[in-house]
Amino acid sequence: MSFSTIKHYYGDYGEAKNGAADISTNNQSKEEWPLWEIFIRSKQGLDHKHAGSLHAADAAMAIENARDVYTRRMEGVSIWAVESKYIHASNPVESGSLYDPANDKAYRHPTFYDLPEEVKYM
Amino acid sequence: MENIFQDKIDKEIRIEPKDWMPEKYRQTLIRQISQHAHSEIIGMLPEGNWITRAPSLKRKAILIAKVQDEAGHGLYLYSAAETLGISRDEMYDQLHTGKAKYSSIFNYPTLSWADMGVIGWLVDGAAIMNQVPLCRSSFGPYARAMVRVCKEESFHQRQGFEILYVLSKGTAAQRKMAQDAINRWWWPSIMMFGPKDDESPNSIQSMKWKIKRFSNDELRQKFIDVCAEQVKVLGFTLPDKDLKWNEERGHYDFGEINWDEFWQVIAGNGPCNKERLDARKKAWADGEWVRAAATAHAAKKSNKLKAA
Repeated sequence: MSFSTIKHYYGDYGEAKNGAADISTNNQSKEEWPLWEIFIRSKQGLDHKHAGSLHAADAAMAIENARDVYTRRMEGVSIWAVESKYIHASNPVESGSLYDPANDKAYRHPTFYDLPEEVKYM
Repeated sequence: MENIFQDKIDKEIRIEPKDWMPEKYRQTLIRQISQHAHSEIIGMLPEGNWITRAPSLKRKAILIAKVQDEAGHGLYLYSAAETLGISRDEMYDQLHTGKAKYSSIFNYPTLSWADMGVIGWLVDGAAIMNQVPLCRSSFGPYARAMVRVCKEESFHQRQGFEILYVLSKGTAAQRKMAQDAINRWWWPSIMMFGPKDDESPNSIQSMKWKIKRFSNDELRQKFIDVCAEQVKVLGFTLPDKDLKWNEERGHYDFGEINWDEFWQVIAGNGPCNKERLDARKKAWADGEWVRAAATAHAAKKSNKLKAA
């Protein structure tokens, strides 16, 4: 399939008329600081939730930067920083075989069961 | 593959970084997101210009907070672009070499304090109009970044409008300053929505991919309708003699936009293109030793840890 998207998105003046030309993605970087995934606990009693990622030289800097980037409006009371290379993820190609089997097991849900009217709360 | 992909998009299932995607979708998004990120970063410069000269401590604190937000928005967006396989350094490099662009609006100078008000009201207002639909972008990381950005952006617009509202109640000189700022920023602001629809025949593809939800002209009209009403509250006017309510269309009619100016500014011939890029390059170069020192410090600490 071939088509050319010339323009125009927000902040994007496209390929024509002096907009950015080809975007190469050779992913070269000499001394870029490593990438960290940031997890924030929004308040005591709740889980840490993924907030985003940022670059930092070490863990201490990652947490300090995360404080500035993700909690400027009291969004958090605790921060976890994990270097992104240590995150292992399931493969989206396998999501069918991984998650579909749960589809036909409706009996795992309480609503699957018919109870007599008299049993009000269960 | 292409069909499965389109099918997911049609069903409003978000695309995540590791999912299969057409190369053109990836490239288009990298360009769109990185240019948006560059706009946030360059966007700090015109306002940074007034931090030391804000009229009160309150206004100074607000302006610092706003500029800090913009740095944060740049970071959210750069991270989203990185999930598509481009490195941060590469994006910076594209910005610094002029290969990548940023919003043309930031190539205009901020001449008076009232410009801070107008930037909040009109420039951030136009940005919000553009950004709200992007919270539903088909690409997950971009949509999530935009949700954060939009939440924070609302204060930017309100503080800007308030600055103008206060000026509108001020002295004749203050009112004149505010009106002058509106006159200078109005046209560049409505240019922010990009060229007219009939000049972007291929945006159909981006609509289909749901990385664009409304056309440039639709958003521009919506923005003009809103501003034409808001300016009345301020008791100022918009510098367009053709601006008139059209009962039949249910919208405001407006005058011809100077597209030549728009393309000139994008091509690098705006009043501040060189200054902005030079400031950005200088900041990057001046920070080099800090980045090197932090890297060296981290390496030293991790070596010590290994030795112990």
